[in-house]
Amino acid sequence: MTDVTKLKSAFPDVVVNVEEYRGDVTVILKQEAFLPVCTFLRDDPDYSFRFLADVTAVDYKDKTPRFVVVYHLLSHEHNQRLRLKVPLDDMNPEIETVVNIWPTANWHERETYDLMGVKFLNHPDLRRILLPYHWDCHPLRKDYPLEGKGEE
Amino acid sequence: MAQPEIKLGEERRGGDTETMEINMGPQHPSTHGVFRAVVELDGETVVKVVPHLGYLHRGIEKIAENRTYHQIIPLTDRLDYMAGASNNLGYCLAVEKLLGIEAPPRAQFIRVIITELSRISSHLFWAGATAHDLGAMTPFFYMVREREQILFFLEMITGARLTPSFFRIGGVAMDLPPEFHDECMKFIKAFPPRVDEYEALLTENVIWKSRTKGVGYLSAEDCIALGISGPMARAAGINWDLRKNQPYSSYDKFDFKAAIYNGCDAYDRYRVRMMEMRQSNEIVRQALEGLPEGDYSVTMKGALKPPAGEVYKAIEAPRGELGFYIISDGTVQPFRMKIRAPTFVNLQSLAKMSEGRLFSDMVASLASVDLVLAEVDR
Amino acid sequence: MPESNLDLIASVILVLVKIGVFFAVFMLILAYITLVERRFLGFFQERYGPNRVGWQGLLQPIADGIKMFMKEEITVSGANKAVYILAPIVFVAAALMTFVVIPFGDVIWPATMEIGGRVYNFTLANANRGVIADVNVAVLVIFAISSIAIYGLIMAGWGSNNKYSLLGGVRASAVMISYELAAALAIIGIIMTTGSMSLMDIVIHQKGYWFGVIPKWFCFKQPLAFVLFLIAIFAETGRTPFDFTECENEIVAGYQTEYSSMKFALFYLAEYGHILAASALMVTFFFGGWQGPFVDAPVLKYFLPIIYFCIKTSIVVFFFIWVRATYPRFRYDLLMKLGWKFLLPATLVNILITPVLMKIFGDL
Repeated sequence: MTDVTKLKSAFPDVVVNVEEYRGDVTVILKQEAFLPVCTFLRDDPDYSFRFLADVTAVDYKDKTPRFVVVYHLLSHEHNQRLRLKVPLDDMNPEIETVVNIWPTANWHERETYDLMGVKFLNHPDLRRILLPYHWDCHPLRKDYPLEGKGEE
Repeated sequence: MAQPEIKLGEERRGGDTETMEINMGPQHPSTHGVFRAVVELDGETVVKVVPHLGYLHRGIEKIAENRTYHQIIPLTDRLDYMAGASNNLGYCLAVEKLLGIEAPPRAQFIRVIITELSRISSHLFWAGATAHDLGAMTPFFYMVREREQILFFLEMITGARLTPSFFRIGGVAMDLPPEFHDECMKFIKAFPPRVDEYEALLTENVIWKSRTKGVGYLSAEDCIALGISGPMARAAGINWDLRKNQPYSSYDKFDFKAAIYNGCDAYDRYRVRMMEMRQSNEIVRQALEGLPEGDYSVTMKGALKPPAGEVYKAIEAPRGELGFYIISDGTVQPFRMKIRAPTFVNLQSLAKMSEGRLFSDMVASLASVDLVLAEVDR
Repeated sequence: MPESNLDLIASVILVLVKIGVFFAVFMLILAYITLVERRFLGFFQERYGPNRVGWQGLLQPIADGIKMFMKEEITVSGANKAVYILAPIVFVAAALMTFVVIPFGDVIWPATMEIGGRVYNFTLANANRGVIADVNVAVLVIFAISSIAIYGLIMAGWGSNNKYSLLGGVRASAVMISYELAAALAIIGIIMTTGSMSLMDIVIHQKGYWFGVIPKWFCFKQPLAFVLFLIAIFAETGRTPFDFTECENEIVAGYQTEYSSMKFALFYLAEYGHILAASALMVTFFFGGWQGPFVDAPVLKYFLPIIYFCIKTSIVVFFFIWVRATYPRFRYDLLMKLGWKFLLPATLVNILITPVLMKIFGDL
């Protein structure tokens, strides 16, 4: 299980909370300054999470914050996993991209933008990836109807 | 072996040439499904590749939010239909992790047998299709011959050839049929010589080597940065196999080696998969010989309502790390399910592998990704 | 009418009959090579191949032909129509024309024959020989014609208004031009030894045996040239492992992507025509043509050479199919490299050592 005490002491202001469930460690970060944490997690020899497995977002519809962006990290060296969560309190969700830290985030973020409508600022190529370019809804949001054409 | 320096268009011949854009797909013989890449060519040299996905998007994640946990199982094997059992396994393990239960040992062994057979069949089809992409017709038919037998076994156990939906949360649907053991043992004995046969056609073939060596080069650093997993990463010397490093479903009880090569190219991706077929065959043999007695499923009463919480469970699918991220809100349906599809991530490397190389190399690079569009588009 | 003119007329009639029979048989063989190839590929690949139409699929080529006739004739919008239509015609014509100079037998008709009380002479214009035109520069004719075939491919690639076709056409022209050079230069050693460019002379030169068993074929006398010519001819016919002009996995179907119906059938036919022509050339240059045991025996001499020629050609055609079932496809630039950096220098070396060896050992 990933030990996050060093992370907590390095960024006491950014790390909001640490949760643990069934062996998965989740670190909840503040949106404002989470990029340095990512760089730290990638470069620090005690963590070296050089592999970004997945980026996605969750829509909690009626709760605030409504959108939470989730990153799944993996460290080959230490054989450990870590989940980062960044809640976005805006109704028009925006977050800084992590493409410059993990290039693999490119398509993950495009997909998240496409299906969930989270905008990634400074992303090199933020286009829709799975849906047609003219689509104007984000189907994985909870208010998107399961039947019908969706746009209506 | 480093990428050669490329000079294109104007730089090479003065400013009077222009590039040509061709539309590779969505119906193209070597895109293996409905994948489309807009390729900019300078002569036969690829200048730029822009992939376009989504022709097969079915919104499985959205559908899953409106199904009960059991109903999602048949959705998952529509992802990577070449190895449907792997997806079932990944999903079932994720839900079991959410519930905090574990399948009984016999069920775990049965799962290993079915998943490894699927892995062999998936790799067989990959090797055949790739050989065909590179112009060798015959290996495809030889490989499909063995794949047919594996599909026959899958049908014998599960009743379905490609989409078994056989695993249940907490076990498997049924016990193995009594005649399976002997039939499968026969196949396992006959299989390694067959792999030798394929390798005789390809591995040391001069043309095959010249087409794949140094093609689709991706260094270990690039692989990690681009999030590449599975055989592609292992061909770059990354010693990472989730079956070894984070064992699940009692993989730690089997004696096998992770296939690691250092070539970083299409040729070593081919060798990794060939080696993996032999290893999987060995795992199936060990699982059959050591099959424990006992229940094949845990008994669960009432509707399946996992406690509120979230888990991420990844397994080593034939194409790389297949992850399921499931959030439960305590009801009978998952609140959110995200599938980390290995080929979706691996496909991202296509531009890096093929830009600056010949168009023929792009076909080889694309083939070495082992594309299943149903999984990419979900 | 002068007496000699009657002989000429008789000879011309014989030549025309020869051409007619040859053409009919040739087209039939072409149609059936497609069946043979598919059946053999099936055999290599542990499947059946076409075996439903007629006994063992023997009527398959006819069914295919009817199907091709029935298909819709599509001309792509934006195609350069004249070029587009002319391309398959040029290609198929070139494939057929090669056979004009290839000797398929020795003497196929008596030199003189008594018909209606007059003895006719059939030797004019080589009417009674097993070759349609025994040109004394036959080797040059062959390479001239095969250059024309390339135009068929370039025209198809250019005229179809399709980028994949264009790529196919460009590949075809580049590959074929470089390999034609190698093929032509590989033959020069043979021309030196024979002292003639007539294919009939080349075949006659390969008569006899060493130690009474090994035939004096050029594949033994000129082994280097044999290997080089073999590689070059594979590239020139565009067969596996050098089939990038139409390789479906990269450029869909190359130059013939936009062709349908009979235009496509012509391409298909011409492709096999080229294979047959290449095999026949191979036999003529390196396997002694129609030579074989008992070709001088009294009655046998009229048909035995033809049988030998057919058997040898079939074996080479089989070799083509065998290679197709075995090898992956080469890469275009690697093939060009092989052509210019290995084949061409090797042919030049062959041209250098042939006269030296001839000077030392004489003609064996």
